[in-house]
Amino acid sequence: MKKTVHDTSADPARNNKTGDSVIDAAKPSRRAAIKTLAATTALAAAASTMPLFGRYGQVQSSEPIKIGFQVHRTGIGAAYGRWYDRTTKAAVKKINDEGGINGRPVEIVAEDDGTDPKRGAEVVEKMATQHGCDIAFGTLFSHVVIGSAPRAGELKIPYFVVSEGHHVASGMLNRYTLQPGITDVKSQVQAMAPFVNSTLGKKVTMIYPDFAFGHDHRDYFSAAVEAQGGEVVAKIAIPPTESSFTKYFPKIPRNTDVIYHVMVGPAVLTFVKEMGEFFGNSRPEIFGFIDSLEAVDLASPGLEFLEGTYFWEGNPRYAQANQSDYDKAYRAAVGVDANGASLSDSKDVATYAHMFGCWETLHIVKAGMEASGYAGAGDRAKLIEAVESMTSMPHSFAHPQGAKEFNGKTHQTFGHQYITKVTNGKLMLAHTTSIEDTYYPDEVDYTTQSF
Amino acid sequence: MTEIQKSWALHLGVIALLFALQFILPAYHHGSLARVMVLTCYAMGYNILFGYTGLLSLGHALFFAAGMYGLSLSIQHLDWTAGPALLAGLATGFAVALVVGMLLLRTAGVAFMIVTLMFAQAGYLTVLYFGEWTRGDEGFVIQQELRRIAGFDLSDPTSRYFAALLMMAICIIITLRVVQTGFGRVLVAIRENEERTRMLGYDIQRHKLAAILLSGTMSAAAGAAYGLLFGYAGATFASVQYSIFPLLWVLLGGAGTVLGPFIGTLFMFYLIDLSSELTTAYMLIAGLVLVALTLFAPQGLVGELRRRTLRWLP
Repeated sequence: MKKTVHDTSADPARNNKTGDSVIDAAKPSRRAAIKTLAATTALAAAASTMPLFGRYGQVQSSEPIKIGFQVHRTGIGAAYGRWYDRTTKAAVKKINDEGGINGRPVEIVAEDDGTDPKRGAEVVEKMATQHGCDIAFGTLFSHVVIGSAPRAGELKIPYFVVSEGHHVASGMLNRYTLQPGITDVKSQVQAMAPFVNSTLGKKVTMIYPDFAFGHDHRDYFSAAVEAQGGEVVAKIAIPPTESSFTKYFPKIPRNTDVIYHVMVGPAVLTFVKEMGEFFGNSRPEIFGFIDSLEAVDLASPGLEFLEGTYFWEGNPRYAQANQSDYDKAYRAAVGVDANGASLSDSKDVATYAHMFGCWETLHIVKAGMEASGYAGAGDRAKLIEAVESMTSMPHSFAHPQGAKEFNGKTHQTFGHQYITKVTNGKLMLAHTTSIEDTYYPDEVDYTTQSF
Repeated sequence: MTEIQKSWALHLGVIALLFALQFILPAYHHGSLARVMVLTCYAMGYNILFGYTGLLSLGHALFFAAGMYGLSLSIQHLDWTAGPALLAGLATGFAVALVVGMLLLRTAGVAFMIVTLMFAQAGYLTVLYFGEWTRGDEGFVIQQELRRIAGFDLSDPTSRYFAALLMMAICIIITLRVVQTGFGRVLVAIRENEERTRMLGYDIQRHKLAAILLSGTMSAAAGAAYGLLFGYAGATFASVQYSIFPLLWVLLGGAGTVLGPFIGTLFMFYLIDLSSELTTAYMLIAGLVLVALTLFAPQGLVGELRRRTLRWLP
């Protein structure tokens, strides 16, 4: 199913309007009714085929707020897409149950981007020009975001991404693209360096995929480790086509204290298994990014070797001893159990470290629309200005992952990061970074760009 | 009216129709048609080699990406303006086609297909390898203010549509001219019977190389135009998937017909667009339609039209 409508709340404004018009119409004759119907049909037909110069119109204030949801239903991002979809539905249900946005219900118009930048740009166009969406939202993979953002900017539709890429804050994109609901990879990676250096060891060997995502880790982490007085003793880039990793492990220097790994894709299970076979019982400390194992059950065969190793998690998959009431409520709303799997299928593991971004972003959109008095497409610039003016976002049901600090100039949010340790097959919290650990100097000021 | 006159009338009529559509199309279809026209140039480039010369390439994304990166890297790292960068894209495509073509012509048949596939894969991995400049799989944005030629802002819907139409019109006219000249007839002769053409005294290798150069440069023009009009360059466009697309579009529309690539690209775009509204298994629908077309219209939509009624269609 492509198009999903979450119009669970009643729409009193619309109902009243319809009711009034019935009362006001003083017993219309059959002829008048047919005339009106014909005129309305003609207008609707004319509007739907309007050429370029006449297509923008103000949405009626009683109509739903349409949020275009660019979702990875197919392609390499499908596992993320499935959980982004569930989280989005849950967030919209909550928002609608609480009265919608500015009294209007929220409707999600979902389109599959196939995890492809070309299709991604096409669906953003479709949301803006055919579906009449107020904003576009939701996608994760960086190449889809970067491929779609230029079109969002040209079509002047606010584009709220949940990608964790550094592309927004790097200044590559435009004023219409924002990432207020999830931290970016640069801040995540650099915030790991103090813990890795002080707790696990000073000499680090990095193993990463030889493409942009891996290069980001290599560059940001190397710089951060050196700033902490540590040293990256080897950088082992693995080509994306590799399916066996045995030949890379002998390249790990003997004086390595910590292995930092960030492999992604289906080969990760082989990677972990072969690393286990290589080291046996005498391994260095191991630290990885959970991106490798999002939507993967830690009880999968071959992952036993991960016992005692550490992971970055955007949001801890397993309910922790200090679990907040907000996380508890959020988990229940999305349908995730205490082990980070679906309530209806314990084998269906969530992409828990990332998907909170959809929930939080939608709440920020709501706050931004309410602060700006958003009424329709004509208020898009006001919505962006309202979000740009946001700063502190306290830990709450709207922000269950933790407090955030939003930087309106760079359109990027900053927040706590979690480091968990695999203990008896579960990821247990070992360290929570401060928000300050994630800061870096601004690289852009989008507020200086015109609309 | 002679067949040549009919053929010019039809193709110029199609161009005129597309020109007129600019003023009445709703926004979404207006934007989509601009994209389809750019991709049609890619398919038309492919058609020169596959449809007319009978050489099946599985690696044309190499040329598309060569054009895209020739343009985008010149803008990004050499600070070139869009006009010279577009020429750089074309020149890159031509150079890659020349080098690869000379090596490719040492192979034939299945080996030709495999070697094209390998070259394209090598091209894709090269883009990833030089990630520091290309940003690899993630790609990069070509900023809006840099996408201007002769005062025209190519990010503007109207300018974009006309730029795409102009490029497609040039590709149609080039293909028509090729088909009508002796050069094109030799290409078709090579497709139909290479040995007999050689026996008649034609230099097969020279003609094939010329076809690869024309095909590669046209595909590169499409890649460069895509980057320029839509503001993004990324390794996805060098991947194997983008080598298969032009084959599908051409097969669907009609290999060895001038308008087939346009009809095929248009049909495929809306097939995916509409079927993805119904189900996530839209590729299954696309697959079934392709199987049905192969069974009932093996020469493609325009090819079938030519077989049944308009036998003069080029």
